[in-house]
Amino acid sequence: MIKIKIKDLNLYYGDFQALKNINISIPENKITAFIGPSGCGKSTLLKSLNRMNDLVEDCTIKGQVLIDGQNIYGDIDVNMLRKKVGMVFQKPNPFPMSIYDNIAYGPRTHGINSKVKLDEIVEESLTKAAIWDEIKDRLKKSALSLSGGQQQRVCIARALAVNPEVLLMDESTSALDPISTAKIEELVFDLKKDYTIIMVTHNTQQAARVSDNTAFFLNGELVEYNDTETLFRVPKDRRTEDYITGRFG
Amino acid sequence: MRSRFDIQLEQLNTELIRMGALVEASISSAVKALIQQDKDKAKEAILADQEVDQKEKEIENLCLKLLLQQQPVARDLRLISSALKMITDMERIGDQAADISEIAIYLSDEPFIKKLETIPQMAEETIKMVSLSIDAFVKRDLDLADRVIEMDDIVDDLFMTVKKDLIELIHENKDTGEQALDLLMVAKYFERIGDHATNIAEWVRFSITGEHKNEKDNLLR
Repeated sequence: MIKIKIKDLNLYYGDFQALKNINISIPENKITAFIGPSGCGKSTLLKSLNRMNDLVEDCTIKGQVLIDGQNIYGDIDVNMLRKKVGMVFQKPNPFPMSIYDNIAYGPRTHGINSKVKLDEIVEESLTKAAIWDEIKDRLKKSALSLSGGQQQRVCIARALAVNPEVLLMDESTSALDPISTAKIEELVFDLKKDYTIIMVTHNTQQAARVSDNTAFFLNGELVEYNDTETLFRVPKDRRTEDYITGRFG
Repeated sequence: MRSRFDIQLEQLNTELIRMGALVEASISSAVKALIQQDKDKAKEAILADQEVDQKEKEIENLCLKLLLQQQPVARDLRLISSALKMITDMERIGDQAADISEIAIYLSDEPFIKKLETIPQMAEETIKMVSLSIDAFVKRDLDLADRVIEMDDIVDDLFMTVKKDLIELIHENKDTGEQALDLLMVAKYFERIGDHATNIAEWVRFSITGEHKNEKDNLLR
């Protein structure tokens, strides 16, 4: 099942074309990795999936991004879009409030105020993010008191709390130590049964370990897109080969 | 970029070529030992086998180090995994050359029951196969690898000829039985060397294309 279909997407920051005619279909309940050197457009593409680029001045977007068949650049409610398409960033960015309030923040903005319901959402989200057992006794403590790895899982829980269908992860483990990274990777692997996950990563070994499909970008173009095992074992394009084997440039 | 890794891969390449040369030398010593009934040559082949074993360990260590340090992908991964498989086949060829040499020592003091014709031919073909398979690896030459794979049929046919001839000899004169069985063993070792050379060629294929020969082909072979 195709969850997201990107059709003839071109994106400009002023005169600079950051994405060139991107066409790609992203399957449901799979992990798709976007890889490529800095400035290749992978993060730009990720951000265009929940219209984060709307916030960038001078950004022009042409083409379509269809999620469940609906063009998100058509007449839609952007808030509802961002509820459906959650995002986790490179550095853990918990709000300066309690762990509980971090998780309850999204549901509250969407009008859920019942304590019973919120308690339920907080527990469920933290459980899904594989951190409930570690922090269930200190939910009222500040989220900033947690370790980096725990903060990142709280951020994942916060993204899950509004019940999204797609989870975008932008370099979400690059600031973490190997053990926290391994925990997030395990978590992502478990989450794919319920969510469609797209991860941008500089760590090609991570893409090889975790993802089902991998797309390689270069200079704003999609160079190669294939199932991860094939792409890392027998890449078709010389540029992909040079990049993943570290001989780029 | 990655110049240290490239130097290590070059080293792996060189070591594989060295191991290939050792293996070729051990087969040709074994053949000479047999045909010329030369015990010294036989001992050379047995010693060469020990060197081959040593080389296998060295290359295996190098491959494991590269996997650990470089976490190779794509052509690097294919090269290193193929190298790991190829050295097992090369090591087996060395063993078989040593086995042939042991029989050669045993047969060196008695006249042959029949002039050796087909066995030297098998030796020639298998040496060629081993040499070409290493060559295919060095030059990353798919055609050469395919040629080795095809040559295996020639060696298999020659083995059948030896077998048939020896059966006839035993029929004619039962006293030839013991030596006939030794010669059959020698022919079988050469036939196995052909199989191992074929395996090497298949791994060369894999390291270039990323494709394994399919299961059906393997069953037919």
